[in-house]
Amino acid sequence: MPKAPGTLYRGREGMWSWVAHRVTGVLIFFFLLVHVLDTALVRVSPEAYNAVIGTYKNPIMGLGEAGLVAAIVFHAFNGLRIILVDYWSKGAKHHRTLFWIAMGLFVVTMAGFLPRHLMHVFGG
Amino acid sequence: MTATIEQTGPATSVGEVPTFEVTLRVRRFLPEGPRGDESYWDDHVLTMHGTDRVLDALHKIKWEQDGSLTFRRSCAHGICGSDAMRINGRNRLACKTLLKDLDIRKPITVEPIKGLPVIKDLVVDMEPFFASYREIMPFLVTSGNQPSAERIQSPEQRAVYDDTTKCILCAACTSSCPVFWTDGQYFGPAAIVNAHRFIFDSRDEAATQRLEILNDKEGVWRCRTTFNCTEACPRGIEITKAIAEVKRAMITRAF
Repeated sequence: MPKAPGTLYRGREGMWSWVAHRVTGVLIFFFLLVHVLDTALVRVSPEAYNAVIGTYKNPIMGLGEAGLVAAIVFHAFNGLRIILVDYWSKGAKHHRTLFWIAMGLFVVTMAGFLPRHLMHVFGG
Repeated sequence: MTATIEQTGPATSVGEVPTFEVTLRVRRFLPEGPRGDESYWDDHVLTMHGTDRVLDALHKIKWEQDGSLTFRRSCAHGICGSDAMRINGRNRLACKTLLKDLDIRKPITVEPIKGLPVIKDLVVDMEPFFASYREIMPFLVTSGNQPSAERIQSPEQRAVYDDTTKCILCAACTSSCPVFWTDGQYFGPAAIVNAHRFIFDSRDEAATQRLEILNDKEGVWRCRTTFNCTEACPRGIEITKAIAEVKRAMITRAF
């Protein structure tokens, strides 16, 4: 049918937090896949494990780690919000407040983590 | 008394309502038309009044500019639920959306609701929607002899499901749900709302059956709490809350 595409549905906090939850969920899944593989290398030989982990020690992977932590922190806090929406009788009513609380916790956590992490990555 | 009313004739009072120019960008789909199976946008510039709704603008197009424009509407006052459509990217009833509440500096986009097959222009096939509705048994189920008087219910018992009695089956909620767009098998918010209306009715005896139907793979557990339905409902039903109540009822009644 397309050619002239339709507009994007203009959802609000609820819809976009769901989209972000999906995206971060998929990212975390792929990380875990690689993580299981590289950790399993220890069973092959500790030297092989060290060699692979050593390649992670560069600024690009460092930024990737920051992104990974951001994804996990978002997924964790938003996940708790979803549990409250489903199982707390007043959760659905206050879902928007809960979302902004989750975002606040996200910012606080990242503000604690990022400076320290970036010092390690770029501080040498 | 009547003389004074006649003096302030209707012509002057209509003139007092401010008029403005507005562009309506309508999504067209005419399978038998020259463009065939391809949908396209049509712009119409209209002079409208401050009291006009999107439905009035659509009428103006159909009656004065392009008679081929097709859309559903019946009562035109927000009760029949025929004219749910996507206005500026959000599901609304065209008859309850005032033009002055929208940003009229930009064209107002009007599209058919999402997730249901488009038949022509803004008309979609509602059958999948009503099929889900029928499946949850939207009627009172009782056993034994009928009482000779009414079935008594306290105001407190009635209040439990008051919110979900307001549904007009316009499909604005179901067609705003991202899960429904990608998986038409999902019951959708409207069916669950109408199940909620009977599950929590103290006079009804088929709650267990309805909960079993909604415990399906395509039932309430597909809800991802995006709140699009709650936001879209023209009757202001707290739909996501109702769905969460059904979810909780399934867990608590299972033990």
